[in-house]
Amino acid sequence: MSFRTPLSTARGLGSAKHGVGHWLSERVAAVALVPLVIWGAFAVIRLAALDYYGAVAWISEPVNATLMILTIAVSFMHMQSGLRVVIEDYVYTHLNKAACLLANLFICGLFGALAVFSILKVALGGA
Amino acid sequence: MVQLTLPKNSKIKPTGKHYPAPAGASKVKTFKVYRYDPDSGENPRWDTYDVDTSQCGPMVLDILIHIKNNIDPTLTFRRSCREGICGSCAMNIDGRNALACIQGHEECSGNKIAISPLPHMPVVKDLIPDLTLFYAQYASIQPWLQTETPEPQKEWKQSPEDREKLDGLYECILCACCSTSCPSYWWNQEKYLGPAALLHAYRWIIDSRDEQTGARLDELEDPFKLYRCHTIMNCAQVCPKGLNPAKAIAEVKLMLADRVV
Repeated sequence: MSFRTPLSTARGLGSAKHGVGHWLSERVAAVALVPLVIWGAFAVIRLAALDYYGAVAWISEPVNATLMILTIAVSFMHMQSGLRVVIEDYVYTHLNKAACLLANLFICGLFGALAVFSILKVALGGA
Repeated sequence: MVQLTLPKNSKIKPTGKHYPAPAGASKVKTFKVYRYDPDSGENPRWDTYDVDTSQCGPMVLDILIHIKNNIDPTLTFRRSCREGICGSCAMNIDGRNALACIQGHEECSGNKIAISPLPHMPVVKDLIPDLTLFYAQYASIQPWLQTETPEPQKEWKQSPEDREKLDGLYECILCACCSTSCPSYWWNQEKYLGPAALLHAYRWIIDSRDEQTGARLDELEDPFKLYRCHTIMNCAQVCPKGLNPAKAIAEVKLMLADRVV
């Protein structure tokens, strides 16, 4: 039972006065992913045609390694950003929401970092 | 988590009544109408009415008035202008939010038309939703001209070009068809303002006479109040006045982006 007025309910806790940054970064990442994913498809086709040593040599090239890292890093950032919105949409209770948001951030961060490390290992470590 | 099933007292019971068409009816169409009476303590039900449409006008509202006058006087619904300007008779007809007064029953598919209150709102009775929060959200965007410059002696002037910017916005009649068709509004209606309130917010943001543009944008910049709009576009699809709230919301987002880049 609550005697809050409808206007008070509608105003809630007021405006957070942020959100445009998240909205913009989602779109910037999406735009960046267009050329990166096209390059990624090209890279997969190229790698499939190479043997082990050829693939390592290809990944060791600075431009290829950098683009690969960028594709992976931006993809994980974009995924974390998008999943965050999904969680905010559907998970209501504070504890559940905090747990889901943290899990999303940590899992995306962990797998993103592992992927980037793996590329660096191949690119810098050689065959 | 989001509530995917209806609360216990909202579950529809299979106890609906059937009202057959009178003998000699020539053009019979069946209308399945959502019935709920809080005073009875019973759960909602679907009642079906076989209506002789040759005896009614062409609109769904004509059918409902015919049912109330001739078949079942207990049927409760809101209506007023019967010409699509007051927004009172907004309801879900054949799975789509519309104004009953300008929705022809011939335009609905099939021979059995389901009519229920606007989705995902508390139901007061039968086809009447409780729109208290919806109206409060409209009030929260402060839908009036706000100025600091001393008022001119005659009037606040506006050029024809600036006035044109309000076209497609001022026509909104607040029937709530858009907001109650929006999944984001279903899941987060206590925090998300919804398409109707946001369309009106934009209407005042781009009004050349208003002096609170920045403050209005400040109030909207919020992950929930504004950014729950995911451009689903149901609002634009169902608006009985042919308006596009999703576009108005997109314009607000662009204005907010304009402030930072």
